Amino acid sequence: MSYYEQKDLADFPKITEWAQKEGNKFFEYYSAATGAGKLTEREKSLIALTVAITQNCPYCIDAYTTKCLSLGISSEEMMEAAHTGAAMMAGVTLAHSTQMRKIIKKKEM
Amino acid sequence: MDTREQLRILGRIGDIPSLSRRIREINMFPLYAKGIEILQINTGRCCNLSCRHCHVDAGPHRTEIMSRPVLEKCLEILSSFPISTIDITGGSPEMNPHLEWFIGEAVRLNRRLIVRSNLTLLLEEPYRHFMDVFAQNKVEIVTSLPDYLETKSDRQRGAGVFAMVIKALRELNSRGYGMKNSGLYIDIVHNPVGAYLPGSQAALEHEYHERLLTEQGVHFNQLFCLTNLPVGRYLDYLIESGNFEDYISALCHSFNPAAVKNVMCLTTLSVGWDGLLYDCDFNQMLGLTVNNGSQMNIMNFDMDKIKNRKIVINNHCYGCVAGSGSSCQGATTVGN
Repeated sequence: MSYYEQKDLADFPKITEWAQKEGNKFFEYYSAATGAGKLTEREKSLIALTVAITQNCPYCIDAYTTKCLSLGISSEEMMEAAHTGAAMMAGVTLAHSTQMRKIIKKKEM
Repeated sequence: MDTREQLRILGRIGDIPSLSRRIREINMFPLYAKGIEILQINTGRCCNLSCRHCHVDAGPHRTEIMSRPVLEKCLEILSSFPISTIDITGGSPEMNPHLEWFIGEAVRLNRRLIVRSNLTLLLEEPYRHFMDVFAQNKVEIVTSLPDYLETKSDRQRGAGVFAMVIKALRELNSRGYGMKNSGLYIDIVHNPVGAYLPGSQAALEHEYHERLLTEQGVHFNQLFCLTNLPVGRYLDYLIESGNFEDYISALCHSFNPAAVKNVMCLTTLSVGWDGLLYDCDFNQMLGLTVNNGSQMNIMNFDMDKIKNRKIVINNHCYGCVAGSGSSCQGATTVGN
């Protein structure tokens, strides 16, 4: 048994358990935030997939890869989005080296 | 895989509740027909293509063809009852030698007349004239194009099929099909190329219109999203690819009670090539005849035994009530 099991994805709607009010509010917000608005459902699904990959969430990767397939998004488009996420993660890492560089420059003789 | 084996597999879905149980839970079981609005006639299982998702298991090797007496009986019933839509399917309907005659007779009944054509046959003799036959009789054409991407579409339907469909669509556009105010309609069926459910019909329709117009110069009217039901060759694919359990599970978790109210079998009667009657084309391919196995043939049609019949349900029917719902006319729920 692994900590992450694919079938656990089906349990997600039940996270309202023990905190019904907060859980329901979350799903209401989730639905509004991921549904079509000024951005299309396709665009939002690609954003969600990219976040899922960068945050290493296997459930969200499964759910949003499937959703992207369902919306007719091609493998090439999804891979391009993954590279955007990868580039952002690299950029975020290197941008934080600014803090490191600042400290080094302050403390070194 | 024979029908008995398919039904055995569909009956063993582990922890997942049967569809009849889910419908019972929402107090809608059993389902009863509400008359006949659509007579769907399967004119035979012969087809020039052998698509990987085909629930009919159609192909060039199939020999089942609807005879003229069965088609004549269909016309007799259509003229006796106010059935609004005649939906001709197959296999390839064009390969039935009586199709042209049937269209000529059916059009006199002044009903909505649909032919489900894969279009590729319309590019070759002796079938080319059907482009004109369809246009002259204002037949609505429904064709399959699983994806707007050639590589994906061809993975399901065979190499070169996408290009042929596009070529035929251009010719049909030049005759007025899919063009504004022409009165000639051509609709496209999208079904997923793999083990997942179709997304929003509205979103996909928008994407299809844009891509097919800008990349292929092709017009069409509506897009119908169809969920692949685990029947026939698609069931084979699910099992061979190790996706069967996940797919059934996905269908079950997407169960939509609203779609049960609109499920197509409530208003459809499906006629097999040999005249046997079914609740839908999928039940037909599983040999599930109307009224729980009665061998009612259209040759001894009895409206009283059909109009409010109890619908035969099995677990493949999850496909019609998952997500936005699915039917031969696309999604079945509002906001699809």
